Amino acid sequence: MAEVEETLKRIQSQKGVQGIIIVNAEGIPIKTTLDNSSTVQYAGLIHQSVMKARSTVRDIDPQNDLTFLRIRSKKNEIMIAPDKDYFLIVIQNPSD
Amino acid sequence: DRHLSRCDTKINVIVHFCDRKDEDDGTEIGEGGDEWMHGKTLIKPPDQLDLTEAELKEEFTRILTANNPHAPQNIVRYSFKERSYKPISSVDQLAVHFFLEGNLLHRDSDEARRQKAKQGLPDEKATVALECDVSFFPQLQAAGGEEAGDVEEGGGEDGAHSVDSKTGKKEQKLTNQFNFSERASQTLNNPLRERGCQTEPPPRASFSATANQWEIYDVYLEEMQKQEKNKEKAKAVPKKEDDKVIYVLAKVAKIIERMVNQNTFDDIAQDFRYFEDASDEFREQEGTLLPLWKFQYDQAKRLSVTALCWNQSYKDLFAVGLGSYDFTKQGRGMLVFYSLKNSTYPEYNYPTTSGILCLDIHPDRPYLVAVGFYDGCVAVYNLKEERPEPVYKSSSKSGKHTDPVWQVRWQKDDMDNHQNFFSVSSDGRVVSWTLVKSELVFTDIIKLSLVGAVSEGPEGVPPPTMACGTSFDFHKQINYLFLVGTEEGKIHKCSKAYSSQFLETYDAHNMAVDAVKWNQFHPKVFISCSSDWTVKIWDHTIRTPVFIFDLNAAVGDVAWSPYSSTVFAAVTADGKVHVFDLGINKYEAICQQPVVAKKKTKLTHIEFNPVYPIIIVGDDRGYVTSLKLSPNLRSKPKEKKGQELPRGPEVEIAKMEKLLSLLREPENSKA
Repeated sequence: MAEVEETLKRIQSQKGVQGIIIVNAEGIPIKTTLDNSSTVQYAGLIHQSVMKARSTVRDIDPQNDLTFLRIRSKKNEIMIAPDKDYFLIVIQNPSD
Repeated sequence: DRHLSRCDTKINVIVHFCDRKDEDDGTEIGEGGDEWMHGKTLIKPPDQLDLTEAELKEEFTRILTANNPHAPQNIVRYSFKERSYKPISSVDQLAVHFFLEGNLLHRDSDEARRQKAKQGLPDEKATVALECDVSFFPQLQAAGGEEAGDVEEGGGEDGAHSVDSKTGKKEQKLTNQFNFSERASQTLNNPLRERGCQTEPPPRASFSATANQWEIYDVYLEEMQKQEKNKEKAKAVPKKEDDKVIYVLAKVAKIIERMVNQNTFDDIAQDFRYFEDASDEFREQEGTLLPLWKFQYDQAKRLSVTALCWNQSYKDLFAVGLGSYDFTKQGRGMLVFYSLKNSTYPEYNYPTTSGILCLDIHPDRPYLVAVGFYDGCVAVYNLKEERPEPVYKSSSKSGKHTDPVWQVRWQKDDMDNHQNFFSVSSDGRVVSWTLVKSELVFTDIIKLSLVGAVSEGPEGVPPPTMACGTSFDFHKQINYLFLVGTEEGKIHKCSKAYSSQFLETYDAHNMAVDAVKWNQFHPKVFISCSSDWTVKIWDHTIRTPVFIFDLNAAVGDVAWSPYSSTVFAAVTADGKVHVFDLGINKYEAICQQPVVAKKKTKLTHIEFNPVYPIIIVGDDRGYVTSLKLSPNLRSKPKEKKGQELPRGPEVEIAKMEKLLSLLREPENSKA
């Protein structure tokens, strides 16, 4: 049980990680390490992206499913790992 | 009349009509006609047809039919059914000559009655309109129950008025003019109220969804699962109820952690996959080792790596056994599993009470791990289970060793499909352990006895006859054949079948044999290393080593490479890794590289990865370093032009054989 907490703590302490957000299936953030406004913004926008990506993958082959999504931008990298009911968003700047 | 000429008839007819209008009767007309006929013979109109007598006498037949001469005879209508014009068979022959809408009503008809009624009312209303209205009001007041007199008065008035009103309508009502009173009352008209209530509108929600292929697929899957559940009627297995949301995320969190690590160590990951040292081309035969990830665990800081083992099924997973080689510093130990995908934190870790000295992962069942401890116990861990204790553990009752267990090896399942493994220990016993249901059953396979030291010790006490086994290895193909290295520096070739005798003994080293390993390809070759600074390669049919290498420091471990029969690597106490390729250089290492920073770190173990060109090296500070082999260290024989390069173990065997034969020949010639 505490493994997950520990894992998240370790992720948070990794080099360059700016924040972690846990979002539920409807796009409402449940737990976050960022401030409120950023969290809400990230959650809303990323939720749509993930739904679209998942839809794309599954449309091509319904037996397939999305395991991971990475959006690399100039300033940082957003990694999203979707689960059945939740997804985990981590924002990292690896060159920090 | 039939003899009348045509024009005569015509004129006759005209005359008829004119007469009719004036309302004369027929007789007069007849007379008129006769008069005219009389006049015929005398007067002839100037434009009369001249006809012969015969023609005049001709009879003309006139038929009166009911047909309307003006009715069209060939009306055609378009039939949509047949999509063509069709002639209508029967044409209406009715000819209307005169039409006049009248306004006479029968007196008994509905309309007439209605009109009568209407006409009746307007007559009366006109006369007594205002008076009637006035009369009604006092009547209302009268209904409140006033005195008779007033009422009478009102009634009298009413009477007069009512008489008036009634006159127009029907027959007059005869009323007493003296004390007639008419009473009427009106019931209280309840004031009308309108009541309504509004219900709360039912809650509405708008729903929208897209019907994608995968949504349909999902629904079908659920249906199928439901059906299956109904069929099975399985007992409800109590699931672990996770209260908090966060615990559901275990798998996802793991993936993210690995990805974050990949990002952090991105360059290492790239190197691992793609980097090939180009300078090897210019380096002739030498190669290098590129350091990749470094694995360390906080809680294992003061322990040394005592065992390494790659997992055969999951090629990126390896096990590290931690303990201590130091006799004086014995304490706890740890069993840690790392994956190359996450170098910062182990996948599994099991703390143990005693230091681990050896471990082995089952080749077919990658979740079973056999571990040998410093205190002589052996244990089996099941990675699938959650608990941190081993599933099986030997105890002093069940035949545990009395000395540290130096090596464990899984064997093929026995005839009852029980897993079993062997262990060798300093107490001189090679023991086979079988996992039977929930306990370990041991069988002594062989007792290592000291060879050659039969002399009696002082005071007549027989010297200890047990040798101390420090390592062993089973032949890859011949299942029952195995080698045991002892603390005395001897290597014994044994068979599982013979428990008291060795098949062969080799005087290998001057100090304890730290590792002995069969070659992966060639069935006759094995290698051994020892703290006496040497590494020796043997052919098991020959009692002397084929190759001897001196490495200038105590050799901790040696390992054959899985891709070539002539390549092996050794680690020494001065922190260097030596890689040899006998096919290229028979006398020297093609790579000698220090891999740990400080010289006081001793390297203790080395293992090649079965598929990737990397090696892991453990040291006595608890770190495991991974290194990538440069291309020169993995060289394959050059292909001749036009020929396809044969691959496979036969090639490797042949390679080795060639080497050996070269060595044997000079020996033979010498001999």
